[in-house]
Amino acid sequence: MTAPATDAPLAHAGPEDPLVDARGVVKSFGSTQVLQGIDLAVQPGQVVCLLGPSGSGKSTFLRCVNHLERIDGGRLLVNGHDVGYEKRRGKLYELSERRIARRRADIGMVFQRFNLFPHRTALENVMEGPVVVRRRARTEAADRGRELLDRVGLADKASSYPSQLSGGQQQRVAIARALAMDPRLLLFDEPTSALDPELVGEVLDVMRDLAADGMTMLVVTHEVGFAREVADVAAFMADGVIVESGDPRQVLGDPRHERTQSFLARVL
Amino acid sequence: MPTTVAPHEPATTPTDAQLPVVPLRHWGRFTVGALVLAVSVWFLLAVGRNPNLDWPTVGEYLFAPLTFRGLFVTVWLTFAGMVMGIVGGTVVAVMRLSSNPVLRVVAGVYIWAFRGTPILIQIIFWGFLGAFIPTISVTVPFTDVVLFSAPTSQLVPATVAALLALGLNEVAYAAEIVRAGIQSIDKGQTEAAKSLGLTPAQTLRRVVLPQAMRVIVPPMGNETLTMLKTTALVSVIAGQDLMSNLQAVYAQNFKVIPLLIVASIWFLVLTTLLTVPQRWLEQRFGRGVDPGATRRPLSRALMPRRTR
Repeated sequence: MTAPATDAPLAHAGPEDPLVDARGVVKSFGSTQVLQGIDLAVQPGQVVCLLGPSGSGKSTFLRCVNHLERIDGGRLLVNGHDVGYEKRRGKLYELSERRIARRRADIGMVFQRFNLFPHRTALENVMEGPVVVRRRARTEAADRGRELLDRVGLADKASSYPSQLSGGQQQRVAIARALAMDPRLLLFDEPTSALDPELVGEVLDVMRDLAADGMTMLVVTHEVGFAREVADVAAFMADGVIVESGDPRQVLGDPRHERTQSFLARVL
Repeated sequence: MPTTVAPHEPATTPTDAQLPVVPLRHWGRFTVGALVLAVSVWFLLAVGRNPNLDWPTVGEYLFAPLTFRGLFVTVWLTFAGMVMGIVGGTVVAVMRLSSNPVLRVVAGVYIWAFRGTPILIQIIFWGFLGAFIPTISVTVPFTDVVLFSAPTSQLVPATVAALLALGLNEVAYAAEIVRAGIQSIDKGQTEAAKSLGLTPAQTLRRVVLPQAMRVIVPPMGNETLTMLKTTALVSVIAGQDLMSNLQAVYAQNFKVIPLLIVASIWFLVLTTLLTVPQRWLEQRFGRGVDPGATRRPLSRALMPRRTR
């Protein structure tokens, strides 16, 4: 190959490279620009919490990271790759759906509304990715699935259908389903916003355990307490930009920006 | 005399819990019911004892070999037509939802044409295909070499024409049902599947279609019943089905009414039988939604009524 080394596609981001590297990311829906230049880096092993009022673009940014939305400008590198593109000879080539799917397999995502597959049991939900995408043997995937359900405290619910589980249990199954792919990065899109208040704790406990195990996590949340306790970096978003980010104790305890101050005054 | 009796209550009165209950007599309901029953019995007797109904003839043809031959073709046409409709309909539905505009338009025009013209016209068209395309030949492209050539009427006999008409028509209806089913599935399901790394085809096959089946099965059951009954129309091109065969009989012996009764009895038997697989399928695809549907769907289908 004669291509310069800098243009060679990276197999994976190295240990010191950020897993998410956003530079001036722009995204519009019609005439509304929901992301107006996002700069954010998530290092391996870090937990980064995105906070901010609704409509500030947090969820949209998270969805861009997993290519559920396509960015309109700037550059977004995940796991060392341009999201949705392949860089070759100084050009970005758009990827096929198949290649995009293969890249998504390394990134787990947990949704606000759980989105478990209702026609499959908890265990089958967890096995789906490994069996279909990674082509694991069913018995092997089932063993690992039971392990993961046990890890989120639901070993006894393996054969339950989602409709037979509480919201908190469904969300924990969803986390196990994401973990089954051995993701390098886990994305959480307001994972506790659809839960009854008394069920929020059980999901946050699981997330806390994952963080303690060194999982790299990008979390969109309204749980200020969780962010302050678990996050390595807290970023506050408003109107499509990150207005301040850094140590959560500083950002959430002693915010400098007036938007952050007024938001925290309202939610605390 | 005991002194424990309360002053206001006589000792003979039972407590409230023991009071006898007198049910309301629904006199109006009873009267109307009796009246309707009487009229129905009178009507059935009047019709059933009409000599023109000619029960002996009904009995004679009900189990005649000719009837069974027709019945076989009718069942075969229904089954093959529905298989064609469902397979083709799924393809057309996916085309209609495709991001390729050419596929979308072609699927749309197909549905528009086949739903917009009477099935009777379509049946006659396929029956008289020979008048439109007299011979069908397969040639090597860009040469004069003919690999195969035969008159259309020989290649497409009446039964095949009937199947083409029913099947191609069903494709259009099935496509709309499948499309509605696919579109009824929450977008979050697709996103969850994508986030696991499933390709669009895997997402459709493993996540969207199985859930859409719950929405698709009941109207498909209706389509099957309609298809079964529509086979009677292929008698206009002598499709060898039940209706064609019986029609051929009454064209000769003029016993129209008894032979129509024979056909009706068999259609009722078949439509009744069809409800069993439909109920089974509905329960099979209700897994995870209807909590009771997870176990032994067949036994539930056969014994559907259970007190709640």
